[in-house]
Amino acid sequence: MNRVHYQQVYEVARRSFLRSLRQPATMFPSLIFPLFLLAVNTAGLNATTNIPGFPTDSYLTFALAVPFIQGGIFALLNSGTDLATDIETGFLNRLALTPLGGPSLLAGTLGGAMALGLVQSAVYISVGFAAGATFEAGLAGIPVLILLALSISFSLGCIGTYVALRVGNGEAMQSLFPVFFVFLFFSSMALPRDLIEQGWFRTIADLNPVSYLIEGVRSLYIVGFDAEALGAAFGICALLATIFLTAASFSLRTRLVRT
Amino acid sequence: MSFSTGATGGGADRAIEVEGLVKQFKKGPLAVDGIDLHVDSGEIYGFLGPNGAGKSTTVLMLTTLLPLTGGRATVGGFDVASQGGLVREQIGAALQEAALDPHLTAREHMRLQTALHGVPKAERMARGDELIERVGLAEAAERRVGGYSGGMRRRLDLALALVHRPSILFLDEPTTGLDPQSRSSLWEEVERLASDEGMTVFLTTQYLEEADRLADRVGIIDRGSIVAEGTPQQLKSEIGEPAVEATPADPADRARLVEVMCRFSEGGTQLDAEGEAVSVRLAPGHNGLQGVLRELDAAGVELADLQLHQPTLDDVFLDKTGRKLEGAGEGPEAEQATGEREAVPA
Repeated sequence: MNRVHYQQVYEVARRSFLRSLRQPATMFPSLIFPLFLLAVNTAGLNATTNIPGFPTDSYLTFALAVPFIQGGIFALLNSGTDLATDIETGFLNRLALTPLGGPSLLAGTLGGAMALGLVQSAVYISVGFAAGATFEAGLAGIPVLILLALSISFSLGCIGTYVALRVGNGEAMQSLFPVFFVFLFFSSMALPRDLIEQGWFRTIADLNPVSYLIEGVRSLYIVGFDAEALGAAFGICALLATIFLTAASFSLRTRLVRT
Repeated sequence: MSFSTGATGGGADRAIEVEGLVKQFKKGPLAVDGIDLHVDSGEIYGFLGPNGAGKSTTVLMLTTLLPLTGGRATVGGFDVASQGGLVREQIGAALQEAALDPHLTAREHMRLQTALHGVPKAERMARGDELIERVGLAEAAERRVGGYSGGMRRRLDLALALVHRPSILFLDEPTTGLDPQSRSSLWEEVERLASDEGMTVFLTTQYLEEADRLADRVGIIDRGSIVAEGTPQQLKSEIGEPAVEATPADPADRARLVEVMCRFSEGGTQLDAEGEAVSVRLAPGHNGLQGVLRELDAAGVELADLQLHQPTLDDVFLDKTGRKLEGAGEGPEAEQATGEREAVPA
């Protein structure tokens, strides 16, 4: 990549981020809804910390990992919907007439999703500390937490980009919202996996990659630097990104067809 | 700053050359059926036809956005099938829908477009501002495009197509849906681009007036084939004499009106007319409107209305296809084009 390519990626990412900021109806839910759910869960499930083997006495600290994933899902839907809208409106044709390459378009789109993820992470981290959550990884853990949050935004953004390129329709993209949240609810978001008593639920949570993403973030709050949990989380991010970025690249060749 | 010299990258005198261009959609009709055409450098070429005639499909192929099924086309001296990147360097395009981001301002659109075209960073803002000024959007430059009128969107779309100084400009139905004032303003800009900048313009339209006013030459396309081509004047002169349309003051006189009018027509035939009106194309060597009036007076037919119509491009279309241009469309051609793009295998 040369300087022109970097500038192209930057401008596409900038547009993607600006677009998100200027749509309060999509921006605010991605910030407020996860925090609202965090507040409700913390208030309602605080007694859960009395279960023997529960890893912390603060449900807030335990649940704080979930907003990072919810935020990632919102970022996925927002960036995916924006890309699908570009296909619908013909904006992608405008881009196709420029020297912008497919990799630069993908990088820019995902860069926008990551920028949004960065804003969300800053809000969640700040709110967590303000509400009294503990952070066992200490100061050195903050950059790791941000890196993991960005990795989550990136990998989920790859899914959103792929789906957007496949369906090419903003409404269809939005209709996927419940699907992604099913993955969240059938994970270790509310309880550690080893405390889930229902066998089928635990099996699903074991198979659900979202569990490992949550546990990676959670480990920094509750344990400190847990190599296994962090490795699994970063590994899942890398796997999702590899699979869906490859798939998105192939889909883009169809969408951004030029002779 | 000038936008173009009108010269083409491949050194061609002809900016666009098309031979036997064919587009067959997988689940659709033959959208473009072996068309041949050429556009000289600096010329405005009007591609006139109803909806679904194949205009937009042709533009998508010539702008490298749709693969050709058959035939050959060069734009700016470069082959659209094998030298797409070089073709895109030569062209600017404002496609059928003014695809703009409603959340960005005009200036932000310019910033994005100039960056994507690799305009040096130091020049981007000046280039963008100059184009915004030129299309009369300076006062609205910081407003988000979502609040723009259709005419403003079209003007911005045109400005965006010019950021990299293309020598050939494709405009796909640029004034569809615009009010007369916006249409006129856009026409003036297109004329200026061709006359002052020497830019080659390939313009599709379904408006006769637009083709008549702007185009140096017109190609009339119907059902994927070019049915007539030439300067507007040449095409109209092929039709021959003007038509006369008369409406009797008393409907009971219509039969006599027909009888008199047909004496002046070619082959004694009538043209389509609404209501009680009778319309005929005058035969060569007629005595003009005066002769018709004299005969009608002698026959005692009083008229409510009498009009002389010079041949129009619609008459040319009617003559070549047997149908009027207005309402001759068959369907949403652009949708077929989109469907085809979706179907292109990765």
